[in-house]
Amino acid sequence: MDFGPFLLLALMEGTVTAAVLALTAVGLSLTFGIMRVVNVAHGEFFMLGAVLAWFVTHWMAGPPWLAFSVALLVCPLIVASVAVLADLLVLKRLNYQPEATIVATIGLLYILQQAALSFFGPDARPVAAPFSFRVQLPWFGYSGYKLCVVLAALAVLALVWLLISRTKIGLVMRATQIDRDMARAFGVNVDNVYAGVFGLGAALAAVAAVLVVPIQQAHYLMGGDPLLLSFIVVIIGGLGSLRGTLVAAVLIGLSDGVISTFFAPTLAKIIATLLVALVLVFRPQGLFGKAAA
Amino acid sequence: MTNELSLTPSRRRVLQGIMGTGALTATGFFPGFAHAQSAAPIRLGFQLHRTGIGASYGRWYERTATAALARINAAGGISGRPVEIQFEDDGTDPARGAEVFGKLATEAGCDLVFGALFSHVVIGTAPRAAELKVPYLVCSEGHHVASGMLNRWTMQPGITDVKSQVQAMAPFVTANLGKKVTMVFPDFAFGHDHRDYFTAAVAAQGGEVIAQIAIPPTETSFTRYFPQIPAETEVLYHVMVGPAVLTFVKEIGEFYGTGAKPQLFGFMDSLEAVDIASPGLEFLEGSHFWEAHPRYKQADASAAETAYRAAVGVDDNGASVTDATDIATYSHMFSVWETLSVIKAGMEASGYQGPDDRAKFIEAVEAMTAFDEGEDHPQGAKTFNGKTHQAFGIQNISKVEGGKLTVVHKTAIEDGMYPDEVDYTTQAL
Amino acid sequence: MKGRVWGAHLGLLALLVLAHFLLPDYHHNNVAKVMVLACYAMGYNIAFGYTGLLSLGHALFFASGLYATALSINLLGWSAGPALALGLVAGAVMAVAVGLLALRTAGVAFMIVTLMFAQAGYLTILYLGQWTRGDEGIVIAQGLRVVAGFDLSAEGPRYLAAFALFGAGLLANLWLVRSPFGRVMVAMRENEARARMLGYNPFRVKLASLVISGLYAGAAGAAYAVMFGYAGASLAGVQYSILPMLWVLLGGAGTVMGPFIGCLLMFYLVAYSANVTSASLLVVGLVLVALVLFAPKGLLGSLRARGVTWLP
Repeated sequence: MDFGPFLLLALMEGTVTAAVLALTAVGLSLTFGIMRVVNVAHGEFFMLGAVLAWFVTHWMAGPPWLAFSVALLVCPLIVASVAVLADLLVLKRLNYQPEATIVATIGLLYILQQAALSFFGPDARPVAAPFSFRVQLPWFGYSGYKLCVVLAALAVLALVWLLISRTKIGLVMRATQIDRDMARAFGVNVDNVYAGVFGLGAALAAVAAVLVVPIQQAHYLMGGDPLLLSFIVVIIGGLGSLRGTLVAAVLIGLSDGVISTFFAPTLAKIIATLLVALVLVFRPQGLFGKAAA
Repeated sequence: MTNELSLTPSRRRVLQGIMGTGALTATGFFPGFAHAQSAAPIRLGFQLHRTGIGASYGRWYERTATAALARINAAGGISGRPVEIQFEDDGTDPARGAEVFGKLATEAGCDLVFGALFSHVVIGTAPRAAELKVPYLVCSEGHHVASGMLNRWTMQPGITDVKSQVQAMAPFVTANLGKKVTMVFPDFAFGHDHRDYFTAAVAAQGGEVIAQIAIPPTETSFTRYFPQIPAETEVLYHVMVGPAVLTFVKEIGEFYGTGAKPQLFGFMDSLEAVDIASPGLEFLEGSHFWEAHPRYKQADASAAETAYRAAVGVDDNGASVTDATDIATYSHMFSVWETLSVIKAGMEASGYQGPDDRAKFIEAVEAMTAFDEGEDHPQGAKTFNGKTHQAFGIQNISKVEGGKLTVVHKTAIEDGMYPDEVDYTTQAL
Repeated sequence: MKGRVWGAHLGLLALLVLAHFLLPDYHHNNVAKVMVLACYAMGYNIAFGYTGLLSLGHALFFASGLYATALSINLLGWSAGPALALGLVAGAVMAVAVGLLALRTAGVAFMIVTLMFAQAGYLTILYLGQWTRGDEGIVIAQGLRVVAGFDLSAEGPRYLAAFALFGAGLLANLWLVRSPFGRVMVAMRENEARARMLGYNPFRVKLASLVISGLYAGAAGAAYAVMFGYAGASLAGVQYSILPMLWVLLGGAGTVMGPFIGCLLMFYLVAYSANVTSASLLVVGLVLVALVLFAPKGLLGSLRARGVTWLP
C-alpha cells in the first residue's frame, strides 16, 4: 500500500483508539484528581461494562440497535452501582489512604475478574453492532460503526465537561478536589461526592467498553490493556488534569498507530513504556500539567 | 558428578519410621500419602487450564477427558482395574503448573499426569516430571517435545506438533492458493514456530514468504498492521490465539471488504471455540483453514468419528449438543481422548502394576510405532516416533462453503515427517 | 529482649531443619519453593516494609536474577555456581539503574515508574524471543543444575540449598534492621523531612535500601532458575510484582519473619482453595481486601501491636 493511504488508515485507527481511551482515562483521571485514589480496578470496570453489554444484548429480543441502546444506558449504571458499593464498603473505611486503596483495588480487580469468569465464562463473546455499514475507500474498507464510536465518545466527553464546568454538582466536585476540609466546612457532604465520583469514573469506563465491544469482544481478561493505557495517558497528561488527559489520549492514540508502523511493534511498545516512565521521572507533573502540581 | 547429601537418605528413613508407626497417618495429617494397592483404581492426574487464558480449551479438555474415561471404564478399565482422573487447575500458568504436577504426583499419588495444552505450561512443568520420574503426557501441538528441549519423561503421543503440521500444509498452499505468502502471527514463541517452519517449508516448495508481520501479544486491535501486507501477496497466512482472535479475523474482513483480496489460509487456532457464523465473519466464505480434526461432521465420517462426537457431546456443527452457541475446540481436544488410549495401551503392554513401573510404561510407549484409526484414535491413523516422543498424523485442509467447513484435502502422514532432532531413549530413566 | 529475638528467629530456622526430616514429599518440595520465594519477599519488605518504598515493579529484579542465571547457563555454557553469582549481581545492578531514575519520584509516581520499568523488562523478554523463547520460556537441563557437586534438582539438596539461602537472608535481614542503618531506613519511612534535618541523605538511604532489596530478589530469581529449572516471561509479569507485596502484607510489613509466614500461608491458601472452589482468584481478592480492612499490619504486625512489642 502507498504511504498516503497507509498513513490515513493509521490516523483513522488512531482516532478510534484515542476516543475510547479518552473516555476510559478521563474516568481514571477524575477519581485520581478528586479523590487522590489510584484505582487499579479501573480496567475491570471497563471489562464489566463489556460483559454486561453482552448479557443485555444476548437476552433482549428486538432489533440490535434497541438492545444496544439499552445496554449503553443500563450497563454504565450497573457498573457505577458496583463502584459506589465498593467505595462505601471498602475505600471509605480505609479513609482513602493511598497505599491501602491500591491494595484494596488490586483485591477488587481479582474479585471482579473471578465474577466474570464464573458467570460469563472464559470465552471471548461478540456483541452485534447496532448497525453495520462499511465505508469503502479506494484503497481499503473501513467500518462505519468505528467512525460513529468516535462521535459518541465526543458527545459523552462533552457531557462530562458540561457536568463539571457548568453545573452545581461540578462546582461541588471541584471544590472537594481543591480542598476537601474547606468543602466540608461549607456543608459539602464529601462522602457523597467521593462515592459519586468513584461511580462516575467507573461509569465512564463502562460507556467506553459498551461502545468498543462490537469492535472487540467481551472477555474476562480484557481489562488489563485499557488500565495500562489509561495510566499512561493520565500520567502524560499530568495526574488529575482533565484537559491534559484529553490531549494525551489523542497524542497516545494517534502515535500508537503511527509508531508501530515504523518499528517492530513489540519494540515500539517497549520504547513507549520507557518514555512514559522517563516523563514521570523528569516531569512528574506530566507534559501538560502545571509545575509543582 | 552429583553426590546425594548424606542427609537425604536419612530423611527418608526418619520419614518412613514415622509413617511406619502410624503416628501421623492415624491423625490423617498427610492424606493420600499411602501408595495405591495393585487392585485399587489407577489414578491419572490431569493438569487442567480451568482458569487463565487457556480456559476455553480447558473446559472442552475436561469434557473430553471425562468422556474418554467413561468409555475406558465401561470397557473394563486398564488391565482390569478401574481408572480415576483427578483434575487440578493450573491457571494456565507455568509455575503453578509445576506445583500442580507435584501435588498430583506426590500428594494425590497419581500414576502419571497428562492433559496440558499451552506450551509455556508444558515447558514449565516438564522439569518437575523428570525430577519426580513421573510420566507426563502432553496434548499441546508444540514442537517442544520433538525439539529435544524437554526430557525422557515427557511425551506427546496424541497430537502432531506444529513443525510437522505446517510442513505438511505448505505443498497444498503453494500448489493451489499462490506462491507469494504473507504471514501474520503473534509475536511470541508459538507464532515464531509458525514463522520459522512455514517459511522454510514454503521455500522448499518453490514459493516465497514475502512479508512476516508479528503482532505484539497484548494487542487488541489489528487493522493498523494490515497495510504492511504487500499488494502482490497471493496468500495471507494467519494464525492467532487468545481472546482477540475473533476481532482479528473480523478486522481482516473489514479491511479487504469488497475490494480485491489475497487467498486466505488460516490455522484453526484463530477460530477455536468461535462460531464461524458470528456476525462479521461472512467474508471467510471461500477461504481455507487447517484443521487437525474437522469441526463440521463430514459426509465420509467414520463410525469411530461419529461415536467420538457423540461421546464428547458435540453436534454435527461442532457445538455442544446442549448449547448450540458453545463451540468446541474440536481441532485440539481429540488429543486428550487419544492420549488416554495410549496410556491404556502403554500400561497394559508394560504390565503396569504401580508407581514402581513408571519407567516400564515409558519404555512401552517408546516401543510403539503406529496407531490405527478407530475408536481409540478417531482423528485418524498416526505414526509414533519413540526417539522423539512425538506422534505424526494426517492434517485436513478445509474450505468455508455455505458457512461450514468442508475438507478439501487430507495430507499424508509422510508429508509431515522431518529428521529427528533428539533421541530421548539415550537418556537415563 | 535480645535473647527472645534471636530465639524466635533461630527457632523458625530450627523448625525448618526439622521439617526437612518430617515432611512428606509434596510438602517438602512446597516448603523449599516457599523459602526461595520468601527470600524474594524479604527483599521486597526491606524496600516497602522498612523504607516505605511501595514498588510495583519488583518482578524486574526477580527476573533479572532468573534470566541472568538461566541464559548464562544455556547460552554461555557457564556452570551453575558462577551463573548463580551473576544472577545475584544482576538483581542488584538492575536495582541501581532503576533506583537512580525512579527514586527521583515518590508515592504514586514511584509506583507507576517502577511498574513501567518492569513492563518494559517484560516486553524485552518477549522481544528477545530468539534467546528467551518469550512466554514459552526455557528449561535448564537437569544435568546442569549442579552446584559444588550437589544436584539441586534432587529434593534433598534442593531443600537444604533453599534453606541456606533463606537462613542467610533471614539473619542478614535481622542484623540489617537492628543496625544503625536499619533505623535510618525506618526513619525515612516514618518522617523523611525529619530524617533529612538530622543530616541523612534520603536519596542515598533509599537507593541503598532498594539495592539490597534488588539483591535479595535477584538471589531468589537466580536460585529459582537452578532449583526449579525453568525461566519464562510469566515470572516477569506484573503478577510477580504484586505477589511479594501480598505476601509481605499478609505476614506483616516491617517484620523480619512476616514475609515467610505470608508466603507460606498464601501458597497453601491457593493450593488448597482449589479443592473447595475453582474460584481461586476470588480467594486472593478477598484476602487482599480483608487484609487492608481488618489487619492492615498483617499477622505479625498485629501481633506486635497486641503486646509482642519485641518482634523486629
